[in-house]
Amino acid sequence: MSDPVASPTPFPAAGNISDAEREDLRRHGILMTSLEELHNWGRSNSIWPLQFGLACCAIEMIAAATARFDIARFGAEIFRPSPRQADLMIVSGTVTKKMAPQVIRLWNQMPEPKYCIAMGACAISGGPFKQGYNVLKGIDRFIPVDIYIPGCPPRPEALLNGLIQLQKQIKAEQLTGPNAARFTRPEEPSEFPIPAYGAHDLVPTKNDAVWAPPTPEAKA
Amino acid sequence: METLEQIRARLLLAYPAAQITFVTNPGPAAEHSLLIEAAHAVEIARWLRDDPALRLDYCSNATGVDWPDKTITDVTTTTEPDPAGGPAKTVEIKTTRLQPGYLEAIYHLYSIALKQGPVVIRLRTANRTDAVTLPSLTPTWRSCDFQEREIFDLYGIIFTGHPDLRRLLMWDEFKDHPMRKDYVEPDDYEWEPTAHGAVLERAKPHQSAAAAPAPKMGGTP
Repeated sequence: MSDPVASPTPFPAAGNISDAEREDLRRHGILMTSLEELHNWGRSNSIWPLQFGLACCAIEMIAAATARFDIARFGAEIFRPSPRQADLMIVSGTVTKKMAPQVIRLWNQMPEPKYCIAMGACAISGGPFKQGYNVLKGIDRFIPVDIYIPGCPPRPEALLNGLIQLQKQIKAEQLTGPNAARFTRPEEPSEFPIPAYGAHDLVPTKNDAVWAPPTPEAKA
Repeated sequence: METLEQIRARLLLAYPAAQITFVTNPGPAAEHSLLIEAAHAVEIARWLRDDPALRLDYCSNATGVDWPDKTITDVTTTTEPDPAGGPAKTVEIKTTRLQPGYLEAIYHLYSIALKQGPVVIRLRTANRTDAVTLPSLTPTWRSCDFQEREIFDLYGIIFTGHPDLRRLLMWDEFKDHPMRKDYVEPDDYEWEPTAHGAVLERAKPHQSAAAAPAPKMGGTP
């Protein structure tokens, strides 16, 4: 995963004009921007999440949409009931093996550009139910995840922080060039294979193109 | 409410052919139960529901237990007198026997009408492998429907007479019964960062074969 904060030009301006000069012009009433910046600004401030919840994390997600926390401040309050209209999938809760094919099918039905937040310990790794017979050990075994929000469950503030991190990532995305964002590259997959129900487990148990067990760090 | 012994005595009067065993609970709760022969279970369940003194009209809980085969060692101690006139010698003789396992379905019954309960009844299968059939009590208590399906799913007890016996939690293609003691989980322990105990034992073969490719997490580059 790339770190959007560490990117050298988070808001690339047009041409060789510096940010200070641009700010100076803005004070004189002249707004200079690039199509890329405008595009990312619009996208990052209207992230429509898919309306579904899997477990107790979904209650926190609902709380984030209420007046006290108000996810609408970040333009992400329009929870869409259809994946065709959604930009963001918040996997909020335990993904059981029985539910996993449906979650991946929903992801496949979302149009690009799309983003995925794994909310809570269960969606990240299985959490407290990790060794359960019906619990998937993290949704990132089947679909790519952009933001991981730890917590059990994460508080609404944590979800909002995750959303802000996602906004930073979107604002840093480039539309052209060698470092162009994933959704602009036709060779990157948009749909992922849906596992079948097997006699003992899902078949396959993980998507090797998406996930491999991290190499353990060598101890010094 | 009458005691479980009294219920058992009245049941034996009503069904003299039935085999009804009193099962004691040695724990502090002392929630004793009646083990009921599967052949008479349906009639007895209906009797418990309809008897005017009991009226156990609500089954609040139905659950399963797996009792695997158990090797029991019996120790018999005998004292042999020493022919030389010394102190008597104590001899221990150990014999082992195999107690065959079985599956059990347990029902907790209450009476909403008379505000009494619980009465706990148990049904046992003949063994754990091929004779795992029990009569369904769903026709008597509707609340057993999903719970018997869950027992069927997780323990593999087949309830005859159940109106809709399908798996409840696992998918239909699933072959195992996860709550049985001898259930073997699929081997997906390839990434256990905080393994300990039994999990560590399962994760070790994967960790030793750690000639894995470079970490490749998902997400946008």
